[in-house]
Order: sequence, then structure tokens, then C-alpha cells
Amino acid sequence: MKKFKAFISTFLFALFVYLFMTLAAGQSMIEGSILWSIEELIFGISIALIVGAVASNILCRSDNYRMLNPVRWIIMLVYMVPLFIEMVKANLDVAYRVITGKIEPGIVKIDPDLKTDLGVTFLANSITLTPGTLTVDVDEEKSELYIHWIKVGDDPTESISGRFVPWIRRFAE
Amino acid sequence: MITLTILYIFLIIAVVFNGLGVIGLHRFPDVYTRLHAATKCTTFGTIFMTFAVIVYSGYRYYWNPTQDQYLNMALHTIAALVAILVTNPTGAHAIARAAHRIGIKPKFAVVDDLEDKEAK
Repeated sequence: MKKFKAFISTFLFALFVYLFMTLAAGQSMIEGSILWSIEELIFGISIALIVGAVASNILCRSDNYRMLNPVRWIIMLVYMVPLFIEMVKANLDVAYRVITGKIEPGIVKIDPDLKTDLGVTFLANSITLTPGTLTVDVDEEKSELYIHWIKVGDDPTESISGRFVPWIRRFAE
Repeated sequence: MITLTILYIFLIIAVVFNGLGVIGLHRFPDVYTRLHAATKCTTFGTIFMTFAVIVYSGYRYYWNPTQDQYLNMALHTIAALVAILVTNPTGAHAIARAAHRIGIKPKFAVVDDLEDKEAK
């Protein structure tokens, strides 16, 4: 039963990706619409069956299926907005440092206090995506991150991850 | 007309930030700070480039829905954007971690918590 649930989740995910990529490509069921043709649907389902059989034990490694909740996906999409605002701010800052050459780099340790692997991964990726901060290493037991910071300031945990952590807690924990 | 203006603004932002990435690559002193310039600024520029493609193809599809290849192009560009957002930080992290593992010290560093941890 557990394996079946993993298989179904992986199958649906693969099918969604396939249908997304082939939307509005080629012929369609109804003339002039953007939907898929019957052949395309059959092919997509068979590909997704193979992917589900092969990759289900890799994608669903833990027994926790909280990410099947669509609300979490919507929050994840909304999270792109604050992330993008942070990226714009930090990009202007790094652009200023590129032009003037005023840098004060260092590797600092931050303790974001996230429990799950997915949360830590998301935080590390967000931090690296934001210019000026770069994840160098992860302490997997204590979930501490080591960040290379281009201009070392006060209170690294708060000023690097303070705006991301509440959002990530909402969908990944 | 407005669409064209938005397109030009997006493309100018993209070129400016990608150019800044190149300048930073030459200006900064060591591998970590160069990674900042080379991966972050260029990511930002490339995101705006994909935005420009999405706006253009969405505009073409909106005015002529029979040309659904433009919708397809917009969707594929969104997929490319997701791929950039996932793989670029991962690559930067891999390079930085490998550099620290083989013992490259950050130049002019005021603090290095990771080295302190490894020294313990």
C-alpha cells in the first residue's frame, strides 16, 4: 500500500510535467483548441507509468506525504514573490560592490532551526540564489549552514535567513 | 508598443546584469567572491531574459490564438526558468564546497566559522 501511494504520486507528477511540456504542441483532440491529442495522452500516460515504476522509491524516500497537499504548492508559488524582491535588492547591492570593489568577505555560520531536509534544501537554495550570500557547507546533523557573505555584518542568522525562514516553515515543515 | 517597451527594459536589465557579472569576475580577488559575480548576477540577468521571451510569446499568442506554438514556447521557457532556479544555486554551492574542501582560503576574510569548526 505504501509503495502504491509512492507510485501514484510519482506517476501523477510525471504526467503533470509531460502534459505541461506538451500543452499547445502539435495536433489536438478538438480542432483549434490547445489540448492534447489522444495519441499524446496515451504516450504521456505510458511514459509516466515507466517513470513511476522506476523513480518512485527515489522521489518518495520518506514516508511523509505532506507535500501532496496543494496548499503547500500554492504557498511555494507565493514565496517566489518575496524571494524575487530580496533578489532585486541584493542584486543592486552586489552591482554596487562590483563597481566600487568594496568587499569584506567572510564565512559565517547560521542556525535557521529548520527540521526537515526539504526545508534546509530550500533555504540553502534561496540563500545561494540571493546575491551576496553563498552556501558553502551544510552541517546535516544540526542543520546549520555555513554561508560565504560578501559584506559581513551583524547577526548573520537574522539578516541572511530572517525573511526566508517563516515562509519556508509554512510549506516545507 | 507598451509590450515592446517592456521587452526592451527587460532585455536591457538582462544585458546590464550579465555584463556586471563579467566585470565582477575580473575584479574580485578569490574563487568565492568571483562565484558571487559569475553565478548570481548572471542568474538575475538570465531570469529577465526568460521574462522577455515569456512576455513576447504571450503577447503574440494573445493577439493570434491560432498560433499556439507561441504558447508552447512560453511554457517551455517557464520550464527553463524553473531549471535555472534549481540548478544554478546547486552548481555554485558545489563549486564553493569543493574549493573549501581542497583548502582554498577566502581572501581578505574577516571571519571563517567553517575553518574554526574543522580545526576543532
